[in-house]
Amino acid sequence: MTLLTHPRRTAAVSKEPAKRAVDRRRGGALRKQLTAWLFLVPTLIVFGLFAWWPIVRSLLMSFQKTNLVEPATWVGLDNFRALFDDPLLSTAVGNTLFFVGLGLLIGFPAPLILAAVMSTVRRGAGVYRFLVYLPVVIPPVVAILLWKWFYDPGSGLFNSALGTIGLGPYTWLESSDSAMLSLVLEATWAGMGGAVLIYLAAMVGIPGELYEAAEVDGAGIWRRIWHIMLPQLRSVIGLLLLVQLISTVQVFTEPYVFTGGGPENSTLTVLLLIFRYAFQDGQYGEAAALSFLMVLALALLSAVYLRATRSWSKT
Amino acid sequence: MTSLTTFVSVNDRQRPGVRAAVRSVQGLTLILLLLIGIGPLYWMIKGAVTPPTELSNHPLALWPDRPLLGNFSTAYTDLSIGHYLMNTFLVVGGSWFVQLFISSTAGFALSVLRPKFGKVIYGAILATMFVPYSVNMVSLFMTVIDVPLLHLNLGDTYWALWLPAGTNAFTVLLAKQFFDALPKELFDAARVDGANTWQLLTKIVLPMSRPVLAVISLLAVMHSWKDFIWPLVAITDPQKQPISVALAQLATQAPQDQLIAAMVLAVAPPVLVFVVCQKYIVAGLGFTGVKG
Repeated sequence: MTLLTHPRRTAAVSKEPAKRAVDRRRGGALRKQLTAWLFLVPTLIVFGLFAWWPIVRSLLMSFQKTNLVEPATWVGLDNFRALFDDPLLSTAVGNTLFFVGLGLLIGFPAPLILAAVMSTVRRGAGVYRFLVYLPVVIPPVVAILLWKWFYDPGSGLFNSALGTIGLGPYTWLESSDSAMLSLVLEATWAGMGGAVLIYLAAMVGIPGELYEAAEVDGAGIWRRIWHIMLPQLRSVIGLLLLVQLISTVQVFTEPYVFTGGGPENSTLTVLLLIFRYAFQDGQYGEAAALSFLMVLALALLSAVYLRATRSWSKT
Repeated sequence: MTSLTTFVSVNDRQRPGVRAAVRSVQGLTLILLLLIGIGPLYWMIKGAVTPPTELSNHPLALWPDRPLLGNFSTAYTDLSIGHYLMNTFLVVGGSWFVQLFISSTAGFALSVLRPKFGKVIYGAILATMFVPYSVNMVSLFMTVIDVPLLHLNLGDTYWALWLPAGTNAFTVLLAKQFFDALPKELFDAARVDGANTWQLLTKIVLPMSRPVLAVISLLAVMHSWKDFIWPLVAITDPQKQPISVALAQLATQAPQDQLIAAMVLAVAPPVLVFVVCQKYIVAGLGFTGVKG
């Protein structure tokens, strides 16, 4: 049931002179190449226009001045100079690092601990998994508006509940001291579920014999966690650390919807500053320059991660 | 799914002290998860059916004396939540299709057809994983309002959301890795039987790849449903905005009880989908965790 027109097949079975067979095979190879590239055309167009070109353009724009109407002009390092002269830059970088740091402190151990507890559950494990992932499916804007209501200093859930046991009232989003912490609490709640499920899958994959051997050697539960579970999870922990760092560095929706960057710019993050430069002030060059620095920072982060994981796999 | 031996062994479970400790930690965790999982959703529904005066006078009441359902219809029509939800469905549907199409054709070309320099293209695709699009929103915006070579303005059209959704390197990676693991003999057999390349993709590769297509669909739908920053930038026409962008604007204008009802309506579709397909979704996420 073969079609004789198929080039490879024909070439293989024909008794034609060798030269012609080679010619055909070459034509077939060319056709195969063409077909393969044809299947890549949509990908090349979409990635070319909306991924690769914007990355290059971001770099170019950071050395240009443009206002969307007139053609862009080259201005050398002017954008970077203006950027470093802006006192808001150090505020935004500081706030972003503070968000990342607090996020690590609160949001990094929590899913690991939850997953460890959940890995011991035999009956009803599905209920735990359902509950832990539920906040993740809530669209971020809804989640943030909900928490904004919870944080309401007057009739909000948190102050009302804490008031009944004699605590507060707390200012939450209203004061520059606590606003960022309030953002981190919401972001941790919203983002934890995915990490829990990934840890859980990795924990389930740890061979039971390892624990049994450790038990025979007299290791208690804590030592089994410390000497078996955590080392076995090393690569997953490293990966999720990188994922969390990359996603928290880009924090935008929380400060934009919760506080708009206030009070007193205490929740102004780098991405929010990029947004303000470009879409409120029309300073596209400075926005692009800041984007470029951000890309550099993220690339550095990934490079450090790759370095670290390579040395792990050696040991 | 849970293996029998974890760091708490069978022997441990037989000791009464350990068993009681494990049980109570599990119980407390369940209560905590109920509070943070169901709690906020419940409180939101309660807020939506509570009259405003009661909401401020008795903020801790578990359920209003006289629940009102009127807020839902007000939110649906007066705040146009129905219209915005429709916009979101359109955005999500198109983004899902583009992402599935790009991931499967790219994965197929790079894994099965393997053109020369395919590795270079694959590398260039993976490299974009380290440059999140939100960081490049400014240059992406400039590109979208004046597409290079074609000089089209996609601003305020859904193409501005659909096409960039296709540039997800992670789903291309998932598809390629899955296709890599399919038996090569099958492709040769199909070739011998006269299948052309398009048939090879649609009749052999895709039907065998349902698990990975489901995961890609899940990631695509979740990402585009939850996305905020890019639709905020690309769609400025209030009539065309998806629900998340519209809600952020409404939050500053609408009365609180109506806003909360609108939030309930916005959260209902994804939560319902999750409740119905939760087993599949949770398994799919484990899949990406192991693969990625």
